Amino acid sequence: MANLIEINDLQMKRGERVTFEVQSLSIARGETLAVVGPNGAGKSTLLFALAGLLKPATGEIRFNGKPLNQWDALEYRRKIAFVFQAPLLMDMTVEQNVALGLKFRSTPIEETRARVRKWMKYLDIDSLAKRRASQLSGGEAQRVSLARAFVLEPELLLLDEPFSALDPPTRAKLLEDLSALLSKDNLTAVFVTHNLNEAAQMSHQVAVILDGKVRQIGPPREIKAKPADEAVAAFLHEMPQ
Amino acid sequence: MVPFLPYTQKMLFDSEVLQVTLLSLQVSAIATIISLLIGLPCGTWLALGNFRGRSFLLSIINTGMALPPVVVGLVVAMLLWRSGPLGGLRLIYTPIAIIIAQTIIAAPVVTGLTAAALEALDPRLQQQLLGLGASRGQMVWYLWREARLPLLAALMAGFGSVISEVGASMMVGGNIRGQTRVLTTAIVLETSKGEFGIALALSTLLLILTYLINLGLTLIQQKGAGR
Repeated sequence: MANLIEINDLQMKRGERVTFEVQSLSIARGETLAVVGPNGAGKSTLLFALAGLLKPATGEIRFNGKPLNQWDALEYRRKIAFVFQAPLLMDMTVEQNVALGLKFRSTPIEETRARVRKWMKYLDIDSLAKRRASQLSGGEAQRVSLARAFVLEPELLLLDEPFSALDPPTRAKLLEDLSALLSKDNLTAVFVTHNLNEAAQMSHQVAVILDGKVRQIGPPREIKAKPADEAVAAFLHEMPQ
Repeated sequence: MVPFLPYTQKMLFDSEVLQVTLLSLQVSAIATIISLLIGLPCGTWLALGNFRGRSFLLSIINTGMALPPVVVGLVVAMLLWRSGPLGGLRLIYTPIAIIIAQTIIAAPVVTGLTAAALEALDPRLQQQLLGLGASRGQMVWYLWREARLPLLAALMAGFGSVISEVGASMMVGGNIRGQTRVLTTAIVLETSKGEFGIALALSTLLLILTYLINLGLTLIQQKGAGR
């Protein structure tokens, strides 16, 4: 399988402080990478770098074989979609929110309508189409946020702990739906989570980040069975299962 | 109690009062629109920018929100005075001079409140919009849309600051009958003549006008809030 993302000798800095570094990391097309690590370890920094919203201090990220700094920034951003921990919906109706990214891309109205309908149905929010974002529950709002990203049919989907603020039953249902959607459409995704079981359920590969460094990458089973060092083992032991 | 209601009724049909009222509205509306054209982009730049000296600039703008109109009037008058650096433009004692002074008064108000409105939004919203494929222009447009209620409040505050000021209009306009007399300067004149009834009637007219304009803007604002 060809790699969609290749990262080499990447270093991210805030001022003089190194916030994230990794020697080599690749994500194959159609694969989901789960990123686990404690708060402040650099997980979100990696996502922002992948989204092109933060510039690396050194090293490079390649998308489809071409370094990010050679992509037109807007063209690149329109190949990806970002889902944040908070739904961050706009003060408009559910269907207008879902259509937002397509509007940015000047997608024809008929196509927009069809895609919005399709994804609202997949995410079970079609009955909420005319409701304003401010009237939604937390779970509903996060479904809208997912639909808003999926409707773009992006080449790369970036998910920054999208369900961490939800109650366990809602979270389990959404994870199940997200997992099905990712495998159904053979999407490439990076999924940041705090939960090892979630990581195992969602991903082909897991990257463990501690203190701004990627300490281990591998299939979930291997990570669980053979932690690379004591720090990784201790972290995995403390993680919610 | 000074009887002013009969004056108010009479004034509604007085051509001179009508001319003064229209000039007040015209001058303040133009100054507010120019302030919006300056304040909206400048306030956005201050709110979203990340550059050295940003806090200093914001503090200057916030100070500018409290600029005394009479001081603005004095400075603009000195600039536009015949012997002043811009005297050749022959703008002193014209409605344009009042518009210039009122724009200087309203622009910091619109700029400061625009910056505050955008800073009150969730800072991640910018990244979320970019992460959904918005261009910079689209991002700014949708942030304005999201902050439309406080932005309309900024517009109302800008208009309120100029329709009600008297110091600048008096100094750069000169309160010339039929040319630069606006409602506020007319009120000052009538008061100085001891014509309290007329002054109160003009004040009532000014209040009613300001109320009607703000009512219109408030209705637009509340419609935007979905209430």
